Amino acid sequence: MPNFSTNEFKPGLKVMLDGEPCSILENEFVKPGKGQAFNRVKLRNLKSGRVWERTFKSGDTLEGADVMDVDLEYSYTDGEFWHFMDPSTYEQYGADRDAVGEAEKWLKEQERYEITLYNGSPLAVTPPNFIELEITETDPGLKGDTAQGGSKPATLSTGAVVRVPLFITEGEVIRVDTRTGEYVSRAGKG
Amino acid sequence: MSDWRPSAPLVNLKERAALLTQLRTFFSDRAVLEVETPLLSQATVPDPSIEVFPVPAAGNESAPRYLQTSPEFAMKRLLAAGAGDIYQISKAFRQGEAGRHHNPEFTLLEWYRVGWDHAALVREVAELLSAVLGTKGWQIWPYRALFIELLDIDPMVDGDLGAVPESWLSVARSRLGDVPQDLDRDAFLDLLMSHCIEPTLGNWGVVFVTDFPPSQAALARKTQVAGDSVAARFECYVQGRELANGYWEQADPELLAEQFKADNARRRHRQLVEQPIDDRLLAAHHHGLPECAGVALGIDRLLALKLAAESLQEVMSFAWPVA
Repeated sequence: MPNFSTNEFKPGLKVMLDGEPCSILENEFVKPGKGQAFNRVKLRNLKSGRVWERTFKSGDTLEGADVMDVDLEYSYTDGEFWHFMDPSTYEQYGADRDAVGEAEKWLKEQERYEITLYNGSPLAVTPPNFIELEITETDPGLKGDTAQGGSKPATLSTGAVVRVPLFITEGEVIRVDTRTGEYVSRAGKG
Repeated sequence: MSDWRPSAPLVNLKERAALLTQLRTFFSDRAVLEVETPLLSQATVPDPSIEVFPVPAAGNESAPRYLQTSPEFAMKRLLAAGAGDIYQISKAFRQGEAGRHHNPEFTLLEWYRVGWDHAALVREVAELLSAVLGTKGWQIWPYRALFIELLDIDPMVDGDLGAVPESWLSVARSRLGDVPQDLDRDAFLDLLMSHCIEPTLGNWGVVFVTDFPPSQAALARKTQVAGDSVAARFECYVQGRELANGYWEQADPELLAEQFKADNARRRHRQLVEQPIDDRLLAAHHHGLPECAGVALGIDRLLALKLAAESLQEVMSFAWPVA
């Protein structure tokens, strides 16, 4: 991979730091009028998700990380790996539990996910911001409570549990915001 | 291209025009003469911390020219010629300095007071800031006292003067995590100043840091304070932002020539190109630079402070990325 100098550090650039692949979040140029120039850099460690802050001498370099984001379709899990497929090449990628992480509860067959590949292997799985899923289990709502804005738990086909309005019933398909885990609307209603 | 629009809201550009008028009035009321000097010169600064934009020889020219990094040298030639108190508002250019508080092309206010020392000039800078920003009062902190107060580090005496003491490394690591390995002593002090001290100055109002280590004298003269050799230099910080840099000017031509040679030696050491020495400036010093103090103040930063702007882009018509 090529090396990148501090003046090329842009948000989103993937670099290696302490042997770990990182994504640059911020790069602040700091320089006394008469004196040494520095770059104060915030990076996200793509393995742990933790944010690091580091100071570099301006002009210092870091090696680029072989990291790229691809859109892949979820196929199935064998319990150990979650398998994704590139719909244009049919190439298969197996993501382990660390890579799937929180995304597991939003995995639906044939849905597309953003997979971060590091040296060709899945490092992280990001679900789409909104996803439509069927309710497999929820208590029947009580009539007349709809105006109160009350809510109840509902289990989705993926196993995720979200709070839904009382008027929603089993078998309905709802739209959920995967970032907050909140109910948005009935499916098909935008 | 979709980014043809100005970086700054037009209302800020009106504020900019008003500020320029106010500054010109400030100096004409004090009988300081406005001057203009060339942007393109045959020589430039050898200071290793400043990188100039060279302009390749074109047309009938046989040698490159250099965009000025400040109007200092030409203004000193005017001072040597007897111009008296002078000021200039001009563009200056420094390669690679781009960021929230930097733009490679920026506007400097630079002025010189004949017969003054840096202490007298500190007062005038404070008066200018009071007129523009409405600041009241100011603090003066010797460099050494500031480091002892805030970091418990003595920049003048700790350890071997050629090296970075272990105690400084631990202070920096405890606040910043890993720090660059290959910094010399002055670069390390710059790291501590910019990363550990400046943020603290953020709520101290107007602060003048004075009496720098002699190794950071640049073109200021060296004096004795309480038995220590210090540089007669000040940096002005407002809300933790470096705004102005002033000197009681080094007039001695031999010491100036030595300084330039030392700067070029440091450039060589860092594998930077050496810069041509400004012989006309040295000749002016041989003729005689009057006793004087001078200061350069960043107008873009001054306006950003006045308008509480987050970045210089908000106060420049077309900042570097869209210029």
